[in-house]
Amino acid sequence: MASGGRRRWDVPTLLTYTGLLLGAVFAGFPVLWMLVSSVKSNAEIFALPPRLLPEAFTFQAYRNIFSDPEKVRFFVNSYLVAGTVTLLTLLVAILAGYTFSRHAFRFKKPLSLFIISTQTVPPITLLIPYFGIVVAFGLYDTYLALILTYMVFTLPYAILMMTGYFNTLPKELDEAVQMDGGSSFTALWRVIVPVSVPGIVATGVYTFLLAWNEFLFALTLTKSMDMRTVPIGIQLLMGQHAYEWNEMMAMSVLGSLPILVLYLCVQRYFLTGMTAGSLKG
Amino acid sequence: MSVVPTDQPEFVAPDTGMLERMISYRTRRSMAPYLYLMPTLLLLLLLMLFPMGVVLHYATLDNVIMNRNPTFVGLDNFWTILRDETFRISIVNTLYFTVMSVVFHLGLGLGFALMLNSERIHPAVRAMFRVLYILPWLFTAVIIAIVWRLLLDPSGVVNAVLTGIGIIERNVEWFSSSDTAIHALTFVNIWAGYPLFMVSLLAGLQGVPGSLYEAASIDGANEFQKLRYITVPHLMPVIVSIALLDFIWTMQVFPLVWLTTGGGPIHATEMIGTYTYKLAFTRYEFSLASASAVVMLMISLVGAFFYLRYQKVRD
Repeated sequence: MASGGRRRWDVPTLLTYTGLLLGAVFAGFPVLWMLVSSVKSNAEIFALPPRLLPEAFTFQAYRNIFSDPEKVRFFVNSYLVAGTVTLLTLLVAILAGYTFSRHAFRFKKPLSLFIISTQTVPPITLLIPYFGIVVAFGLYDTYLALILTYMVFTLPYAILMMTGYFNTLPKELDEAVQMDGGSSFTALWRVIVPVSVPGIVATGVYTFLLAWNEFLFALTLTKSMDMRTVPIGIQLLMGQHAYEWNEMMAMSVLGSLPILVLYLCVQRYFLTGMTAGSLKG
Repeated sequence: MSVVPTDQPEFVAPDTGMLERMISYRTRRSMAPYLYLMPTLLLLLLLMLFPMGVVLHYATLDNVIMNRNPTFVGLDNFWTILRDETFRISIVNTLYFTVMSVVFHLGLGLGFALMLNSERIHPAVRAMFRVLYILPWLFTAVIIAIVWRLLLDPSGVVNAVLTGIGIIERNVEWFSSSDTAIHALTFVNIWAGYPLFMVSLLAGLQGVPGSLYEAASIDGANEFQKLRYITVPHLMPVIVSIALLDFIWTMQVFPLVWLTTGGGPIHATEMIGTYTYKLAFTRYEFSLASASAVVMLMISLVGAFFYLRYQKVRD
């Protein structure tokens, strides 16, 4: 195969480039259109013929969002909930992942099978009982209701990803600590965790993504505007001002920004983490 | 299975003096894994197993929650649902939506992965396209729904382009016409979901030994034969695993449908997810909703069973 600068411009190469470009339009155009529409004036959204560059470039839609405390609150809520879920999930998943990776115990096999299969449980199946449970415990319309129910779905992924990552670390690491008289608990926090930062970051980003993007539980387990998260906020905006497309697009851009930034920062670790953990099961 | 058993004897326990004095070394050693797993087990027991029990129980009661003293009705709720025309429509819709999605996710995912892995393309270009191609995966369902509602609006850009190049004669109401709604919805889901396959297959491609391709070239194999006899067989385990997971997850679709068509027009895009949600939260038929949710759970668990068995066979 050609390598370095010896690439030839033959027919298969041109076809591959064409394919890549077509794919890029398919994948990227909706995203581009969202961006472009968010800086158009609302009158220009459906202008004919459609324009890729806005005639009158404006940040009005963004200004509207930032000057509305109700909408800012959606973002505060989402950051709060997703942030807390991520921290708690990581803490619990590091302990569990370490156990699965380094300990032998009686119910290990059935437990790990159970954790893998929980990934397939439909959220809507749990939603009906959750509604009752959350109301019974007085947690309806609280952050805690969202944090606890989100963790049920983030934890299995996080455990599998962390187990996968810990499995790639040599056992000699913890053995050295125990040789020096430290317990496995010391080994975990002093030695394993510091060298696992890439795995922890990848797991954290994926957990944040799942929590930030969640819709069904947020829709059903919260009610007041003070508790609504970004996805629900966008949905409400859709219902109330169905014709303010530029504002809805600006909200969507702001709603995807944290995930995009996080993803771009850690994409190298992210893909290895994903494939090492959850996907291989 | 990523969980590799380790038989290596090692001492484990949190550094808590009290515990150490009260409990013998041996006990502590065997208890430690359970101690570490306690938060996980507690959470999954209370918010996974217990609710599953509750929903199974609800499914056998006569309109629970709304009725103060619900009576046990056995499998009646399941028969009611199975006889419901809308339920049958939603099963057919869900099947069409899911099968089409998985097939195209696989096709696009494989195609994109092969192009992104091609040595004909400059590595820097590949890296750039890889980021671009993953984009749809990062968006939440609400944003996917709203962006595609804008794109597919009767006076939106898709109609403008398609009429411009003469593919359609007049503007189509993609989401609100019963002829096109389910196809439009499936198309959007194909857009939103192929990156999972792509990413997994890209990782899988790294594991195909290059020497096999060299040997095949020497034997005079063409590109298609290499794909057919080397690449695809090597990727088969990934393809089967992801296809199973994708099937399970796509079948559970809710937000995307809820936020684009709401299951309509009439029931043209009704899925098991929207059917169940409407039963519970707009009709307050919690028992029927539970029965429908249990059906979904059963289908998912059958999928999970095959997934786990396949993983085991691979090991």
